[in-house]
Amino acid sequence: MGLNLIVLVKQVPDTQNITGEAMKEDGTVNRAVLPAIFNPEDLHALEAALTLKDTIPGTQVHVITMGPPSAIQVLKESLYRGADSVALVSDRKFAGADTLATSYALKCAIEKIGNYDIVFCGRQAIDGDTAQVGPQTAEKLNLNQITCVSNIEKVDTKKRQILAKRSIEGGFELIQAPLPVLLTITDEGYSPRPPSVIKVMTYKNASAEMTEEKYDESYIDNKVEQKSNQAINLWDINAINADPDSCGLAGSPTKVKKIESVILVSADIRMIENSQDAIAGMVHELIADHTLG
Amino acid sequence: MSTKNSVMVFVQQDDEQIAEVSVELLCKAKDLASQVKASVTGVLIGKDVRKSAESLIPYGVDELFIVEDDRLENYTPMPYTKIMVDIIKKIEPQIALYGATTTGRDLAPRITSNLKVGLTADCTDLQIGDYSSKGVDYKNILYQIRPAFGGNIIATIVSPEKKPQMATVREGVMKLIELDPSYKGKITSVNVKLTDADFPSVIIERIKQEKTVNLKGAQVIVSGGIGVETKENFQLIIDLAHALGAEVGASRAAVDAGLVPKDHQVGQTGTTVRPKLYIACGISGSVQHRAGMDESARIIAINTDQEAPIFKIAHYGITGDLKDIIPKFIKAFKAKS
Repeated sequence: MGLNLIVLVKQVPDTQNITGEAMKEDGTVNRAVLPAIFNPEDLHALEAALTLKDTIPGTQVHVITMGPPSAIQVLKESLYRGADSVALVSDRKFAGADTLATSYALKCAIEKIGNYDIVFCGRQAIDGDTAQVGPQTAEKLNLNQITCVSNIEKVDTKKRQILAKRSIEGGFELIQAPLPVLLTITDEGYSPRPPSVIKVMTYKNASAEMTEEKYDESYIDNKVEQKSNQAINLWDINAINADPDSCGLAGSPTKVKKIESVILVSADIRMIENSQDAIAGMVHELIADHTLG
Repeated sequence: MSTKNSVMVFVQQDDEQIAEVSVELLCKAKDLASQVKASVTGVLIGKDVRKSAESLIPYGVDELFIVEDDRLENYTPMPYTKIMVDIIKKIEPQIALYGATTTGRDLAPRITSNLKVGLTADCTDLQIGDYSSKGVDYKNILYQIRPAFGGNIIATIVSPEKKPQMATVREGVMKLIELDPSYKGKITSVNVKLTDADFPSVIIERIKQEKTVNLKGAQVIVSGGIGVETKENFQLIIDLAHALGAEVGASRAAVDAGLVPKDHQVGQTGTTVRPKLYIACGISGSVQHRAGMDESARIIAINTDQEAPIFKIAHYGITGDLKDIIPKFIKAFKAKS
């Protein structure tokens, strides 16, 4: 019997490849020019789910993302790779959500799909590196979890059991757990597949209709939802039956008090000439003040 | 002193060893507790932990709660979450701290999700201060300070309305304080009812290698980056480290390129270090790398690129080829010592 798999993904600014253009004059990052990408470890989580779909007949892979309408791009990327259904959870009322409020909305979306065997997440997203949303969502679903999974060793559909390899500091654990379970996947064990050309042709046209909509910064409204293509579900706060008090800013206990850009100020640097004498002088100084020796 | 409103630390143990970060956190908790005039509490969960618990009191712990059960020998999320939620509800700390380890990062989010309180991940600093929002003034709030956005910004996060204020904290960033062997604290055994249903996950196998690289304890670190280019050149880094009695470090780029194993990695996703001397060879100095070493007392940067950001935080800079510079360095040191 096939499994029902749900993958949670996120669209993030590409903070890993910050180039000269992304740096402003004052040394801070110009986020506006950073490309939006599929969070790298989420792509590995999707791959882990698709690998199970390849081996267990009848398995369905559902992908959920929460974000602004532009996040549709990661759902299309998921369809290109073989996801069976995708949903964008998007509503003005979700804006300003911290990890707790995000996990609440995702929990509601997961319950809308219901009847799942495994929920997959990337270990963490590169914009915040918190690794919190997976475990927070699991707790809200009263679901067991295995975090930092590098590989799924075995899924026994008869016994409804999973054996997963979990990375820990300086080693690993092999964990056996009953289904259902939530897993967070690292970038160690899976190589995300490229998009399928056939699927790109299918869904590129299907979703082009959506991207033509001029809702770049504004959140979706009912009008857009009615027009939505069947391939991509658009769920607002009512569609997932979420309590507005637990969503967005209202549902977020953490507040950002202050943001400081990391700006390098030249320290009192002394340039040492690349010569035996100059280097010996520096070494002598470091020995004299007990830094070396 | 009452344990209500205390500053609490989740004390992590693995294979009966107390995690270093937990000890660092107890020291920081003492500092925070003195600022908010509260007591320090801890929670230690495991198989047979009373001995370990006794060794922690001298860090200034007022009350350490222990939960012992053979099935709790190693961490799994479900029973540990249940116990922590239970104890937090009982003693109502104002602050609860966890190491930002695989365990802490697995456990803390579940607890906050259950208690509907805030959590800040991977803090590099904690302070006490005031906060005002919408006409409400909050006194003595925990400032949770962390790098974000790939280390390009430093954010100060607060969660003023809900208690406890929770944070996970990076290993190696909080300083140890002196022990007080005569400190009077008590150890309280707590009973939490656990059934087999509370243990869905079974650890079939657990492999953990002892750390062979001790970056955190090193006084001097010689570190190589992608500018080292080849394994043969990396031998020069190792040679210099041997000559100086130093530990070998590396940037993530050098690790990713396969020049050196991952346990040598310094930086945001590696180890945070603060040696007396850090020698960065062929390391450009990305924010992620700097986040792990910029508190070194002295920094020497060796790089061919004069514009490399590493020169902005270095105390000594040498531009040129490290193949040329390192042998001169070794020769100079051997001659002087």
